[in-house]
Amino acid sequence: MPIADQLPLLWPELILGLGAMGLLLLGVFNGEGSARNVTLGAVATLLAALAVVVFAPPKTAQAFGGMFVTNDFVLFAKALVLAGSAATLVLALRFNAAEAIERFEFPILFLLSTLGMLLMISAGDLIALYLGLELSSLALYVLAAYRRDSARSAEAGLKYFVLGALASGLLVYGASLLYGISGTTSFAGVGRAINAAPGSLGALVGLVFLAAGFAFKLSLVPFHMWTPDVYEGAPTPVTAFFAIAPKIAALTLLTRVLQGPLFGLIDIWQQLFGVLALASMAFGAFAAIAQSNIKRLMAYSSIGHMGYALVGVAAGGASGVQGVLLYLTIYLVMNLGTFACILAMRRDGRMVEEISDLAGLNRTHPGLAMALAIFMFSLAGLPPLAGFFGKLYVFLAAVEAGFVGLAIAGLLSSVVAAYYYMRVVKVMYFDEPADAFDRPFGRVTTSILGATAVATVFFFLVLSPVLDSALRAAKSLFAA
Amino acid sequence: MLIQSLAFYLFASVAIASGVMVISARNTVHAVLFLILAFFNAAGLFVLLGAEFLAMILIIVYVGAVAVLFLFVVMMLDVDTAAIRQGFLNYLPVGLLVGALLLGELAAVFGGWVLTPGVASKAPALDNTEALGRVLYTDYAFLFIGASMVLLLAMIGAIVLTFRQRAGVRRQDAATQINRRRDQAIELRKLASGSGA
Repeated sequence: MPIADQLPLLWPELILGLGAMGLLLLGVFNGEGSARNVTLGAVATLLAALAVVVFAPPKTAQAFGGMFVTNDFVLFAKALVLAGSAATLVLALRFNAAEAIERFEFPILFLLSTLGMLLMISAGDLIALYLGLELSSLALYVLAAYRRDSARSAEAGLKYFVLGALASGLLVYGASLLYGISGTTSFAGVGRAINAAPGSLGALVGLVFLAAGFAFKLSLVPFHMWTPDVYEGAPTPVTAFFAIAPKIAALTLLTRVLQGPLFGLIDIWQQLFGVLALASMAFGAFAAIAQSNIKRLMAYSSIGHMGYALVGVAAGGASGVQGVLLYLTIYLVMNLGTFACILAMRRDGRMVEEISDLAGLNRTHPGLAMALAIFMFSLAGLPPLAGFFGKLYVFLAAVEAGFVGLAIAGLLSSVVAAYYYMRVVKVMYFDEPADAFDRPFGRVTTSILGATAVATVFFFLVLSPVLDSALRAAKSLFAA
Repeated sequence: MLIQSLAFYLFASVAIASGVMVISARNTVHAVLFLILAFFNAAGLFVLLGAEFLAMILIIVYVGAVAVLFLFVVMMLDVDTAAIRQGFLNYLPVGLLVGALLLGELAAVFGGWVLTPGVASKAPALDNTEALGRVLYTDYAFLFIGASMVLLLAMIGAIVLTFRQRAGVRRQDAATQINRRRDQAIELRKLASGSGA
């Protein structure tokens, strides 16, 4: 296929890459004062790429000799990642201005990281997988340390970098073993080699190392150690970005790798990821109880939520993949809303991050308290809010696949997790009020807050169309 | 053939000698310089093997970037070699053990290593730089461009984390210096004699 026919498949990536370079030039020539304009330009670039992804004619195709793959599943995941990136970047606009850390490189790093995520979602080759993963992670390391004057931010960046580099090493080692048994780096070739010799030791060890690398990126127990410190230390909009886009990208890529080249080892990886899911759900639920900082709380919450989503991955099959996609969609909405609430927690021009700072929020800011309560109930998985449906469909898929124990363990850990989400609600509604937060929260923050809160409450109205497109996406993965 | 053997022994012996000097030199800057010498000799060995691309990469990457980085670090950090040498004898057994283990593993690898027939064959009349170039810019163009984005990101990241504009730094600006006129710089005053400025 001539290259001119392949390039249209890469429109979202081209827009992001060229947009990042163009905006970089703009920023360099106009100096520091252009930070706001560059950020707005980056948001527009992300939205343009999102529009291309959403309105692209869905088709299964590949480019560059199979290194780049696109289908319904890939497009669904890309839409989630782009929406998450654009929304967090908008949230960052006001935060950076208020904290006087506006620099035009910030949105460029966001764009390049998102580009890396798109490349990894579309990867059809082990090298492309690694390259996309590194592009996205490298930008995340810098973003974590973005606030250079803060020791905690520098610590977060350094910790994330050192552990991330180690995890990348594990992942590449696993990839090299898969290359060793198959003699090719393409997913199709690796899949053929594994199907030809399913029990081979090289494939098994390769799978385990690859899984360890992914588990780190997804902060699954026992590879989660970095998560609370990095979430706490990084600037809050960056934390929101960490909690959303990279998780979606890594989990969808993991799903593609497991259902594609590693499908021959399904009996083994179902057990492997079942155990990881179990450990993450339980640990996320119990460790969050003792937290007093809301960003650390969200870190443990995201560990737990990745565990729930992984239940769908471990279940396998079209219904499992459908459950994962639905879960990630809901996870995106809930987390975005929660972080918009956290960004509104400013007192005397400074961020406050303790849960006790929320005391009596119902009396000082009833609207904010209501929204945060909605998100907390939804994160806990109470019907009829969005979070309930996410959990319902992954657990249903697990039961269908015969993992009844895993589903029950998930239910029990959601009960434990509900305790610490409820505690936030209790502090807001029943404790003596602390000082009020600064007003106004900003139009953008308020509108994202409102939109996500409405989406969380009335998610059941759009449940069936979302389920349909998730199912179509899941089926495209199995048709290939 | 004789010249090749002579060149091999020259490169190999200098490489080993400079390798020994790297770990035994008292001055750390000298150690890094010997390391660079070792890199050059290894590059020479690669050329003898017909791997000229690896030789070029070794010089560009290791000598041009890594060794210079080492030099920077060695010169900027105050490394106290006396403190490092303290307790040398205590660590010696552990070091020897690790070294022996690695040597054993290397021996095991080389003992059991059989080159698959056909792997090492190369296309006729195509040196390895050209062979790499032919696939790098065609089959792997996508990954090549992806890698270039990673490098761009690394540059931006380094600038974001380290570059800071300090206020109150006097910078030389040739244009303003040249454009300054006499009446902006010099003021004439009449002073009464004996009273000072």
